[in-house]
Amino acid sequence: MSIPVLKFDAVIVGAGGAGLRSAIQLSEAGLKTAVLSKVFPTRSHTVAAQGGVAASLGNSEEDHWTWHMYDTVKGSDWLGDQDAIEFMCKKANEVVVELEHYGMPFDRTDDGKIYQRPFGGHMSNFGEKPVRRSCAAADRTGHAMLHAMYQRNVKANTQFFVEWMALDLIRDEEGHVLGVTAMEMETGQIVIFHARATIFATGGAGRIFYSSTNAFINTGDGLGMAARAGIPLEDMEFWQFHPTGVAGAGVLITEGVRGEGGILRNSSKERFMERYAPNAKDLASRDVVSRAMATEIKEGRGCGVNKDYVLLDITHLDPATIMKRLPGIHEIGLQFAGVDCLKEPLPVVPTCHYQMGGIPTHYSGRVVAPKNGDVNSVVPGFYAGGECACASVHGANRLGTNSLLDLLVFGKSAGDSAVEDLKAGRAHRELPKDVADKTLARISALDNRKGGANVHETRLAMQRTMQDHAGVFRFGDMLKQGVEKILEVEKAARQLEIKDKSMAWNTARTEALEMENLIEVAKATMISAEARKESRGAHVRDDAPDTAEFPNGRNDKEWLKHTLFSPVDNSISYKPVNMQPLTVEAVALKTRSY
Amino acid sequence: MERANYERLRWRCIRRALLELDITLTRFLDGGEFEKLSDDQQQAFVELADMEDYDLWDLLTGKAEIDDSRLAHMVALIRKS
Ligand SMILES: Cc1cc2nc3c(=O)[nH]c(=O)nc-3n(C[C@H](O)[C@H](O)[C@H](O)COP(=O)(O)OP(=O)(O)OC[C@H]3O[C@@H](n4cnc5c(N)ncnc54)[C@H](O)[C@@H]3O)c2cc1C
Repeated sequence: MSIPVLKFDAVIVGAGGAGLRSAIQLSEAGLKTAVLSKVFPTRSHTVAAQGGVAASLGNSEEDHWTWHMYDTVKGSDWLGDQDAIEFMCKKANEVVVELEHYGMPFDRTDDGKIYQRPFGGHMSNFGEKPVRRSCAAADRTGHAMLHAMYQRNVKANTQFFVEWMALDLIRDEEGHVLGVTAMEMETGQIVIFHARATIFATGGAGRIFYSSTNAFINTGDGLGMAARAGIPLEDMEFWQFHPTGVAGAGVLITEGVRGEGGILRNSSKERFMERYAPNAKDLASRDVVSRAMATEIKEGRGCGVNKDYVLLDITHLDPATIMKRLPGIHEIGLQFAGVDCLKEPLPVVPTCHYQMGGIPTHYSGRVVAPKNGDVNSVVPGFYAGGECACASVHGANRLGTNSLLDLLVFGKSAGDSAVEDLKAGRAHRELPKDVADKTLARISALDNRKGGANVHETRLAMQRTMQDHAGVFRFGDMLKQGVEKILEVEKAARQLEIKDKSMAWNTARTEALEMENLIEVAKATMISAEARKESRGAHVRDDAPDTAEFPNGRNDKEWLKHTLFSPVDNSISYKPVNMQPLTVEAVALKTRSY
Repeated sequence: MERANYERLRWRCIRRALLELDITLTRFLDGGEFEKLSDDQQQAFVELADMEDYDLWDLLTGKAEIDDSRLAHMVALIRKS
């Protein structure tokens, strides 16, 4: 069967913040650039970001990129690469000002500068006191960002392929990346995008967990495609959780609810935070609260049929106060928990929010993988940025507002690197003879299989396994069982069956193809988490507690290293953290405390 | 509604930018509410689904209102589902 081939200088998979930022660099350099997206660009998940983007502009008070760098290294629990972190923090002002020139409607100070507000973990003078560093456009920062960058791309003649799903990465025998295979949803047609440069900007994969704040689109397609092409995934054990998402739905409940007097209770209505944090109680920090909730659930004191959530009680508060101070919470309870929170407590659970790991990249946006003894050998023709990539600036834990910065800085640098490599003469390489065979085989297996596994049930089994065995607080025995369980789920995920065989708009097929990506990410996460026997940042193990020898359970002697999960044989290897910034002194190892 | 049109609409409802809308719209479609609508009402639903995420979410949470009575009625139906 002959498959149409579309030839571009560059193909970018993803039209969220990272993809749009890369595309601007390529199109404005006069290169023929295609951007593929499962949805209309301004429906990408970047829209959900409300908090803001970090940059040490110093508009409201003194600030400096070295302070931002210090906070980011500390936030990462020293797992972030200090060269990449310096690169990002130093570039922040430039990319934010550029965005302003693209027409981004930032909030302003009275004298017309970009208004900045404080955000958790961002401090002045190397951790002294909070600093105003976050730049926002009301509570629609991500949304405004996408609109500004989309318009800029339209002007620069970027070609958008909207409602197209990339399926597999094309690599030749020497390992060069030559583009992707993709499916046009409207027709079901498979097409080859043949490119001199391929950039992944596919966003996160938070849907591997049962409870996730991520929209349904975050199925880790870029990671799945990279894994199927033999590229290892970095630091996949690190996922940031938020303590209070609505159980079953994932929708965030603001921390303000506990601030106003909300109380967490277990199945016997006990106010359990009194046992874990006698002073701060329900107002203890995010990680303490999340861990306490996870412990209650693990020890059988959770609520509901599956005993898998706890309760957030505000029924003792004055209804008028709730409606005034916590607007939206009543509606969220009704819509997503079926609960009138004025009369009944809300079911809540620690909820997955952000993926720190991903496709390993250099800070130039070039993808790197081990080859011939070099752990950071460049994969020619392949670039990545945004949440799907691991530069690594977030290390073991991301600071709020640093991910929008990540996608601007590394989206741009991936684009710049591609321009540089193409201008240096990188040509279209010949497509392998079997270029689309694997993709076609996957599709035909889905279409023809009888008696296979149901997509919805398989996804649920994966999500439950991840939530129970690799959630916000991790237990050695549970992780071990989790590895076995997720490998079982993988077997089902390799045997999916769909009933609908139509070509046009076959959403059942699309969801099955997404499931094949999700399982790669879930497996990488579980196996990487089981292997790391310390606690660090967002990876917290019950059997690696806080001791005098290992404060917070962190063990730098053995574990100051990045995990690389190899999808080829499910094996783990490690590579060193880059502790050497580009121009300044390294941020020395210290216990992380706030 | 023709199969392909329905499936396109479904994709545009189950892959939104905001999780809140993913859940709400998926529930409405997969819960069988959509099939019960008249052609006119289905058209109103399609128009709502075409809106930007925050604009639609503001309507569904009552933070904003819409003059068009067809659309307002549809918003009420989705909220009740
Ligand atoms: C509720 C919420 C609030 C947040 N708030 C903030 C905040 O205030 N500040 C901050 O810094 N960060 C915040 N974050 C994190 C931040 O929003 C994300 O990390 C960031 O937006 C990811 O951007 P991206 O460009 O990498 O991916 P996305 O914006 O998710 O875009 C991914 C793109 O890839 C496309 N795609 C995926 N797979 C395929 C495929 N197979 N084929 C074709 N296209 C594909 C999608 O269609 C989409 O266009 C928040 C996250 C959430 C969930």
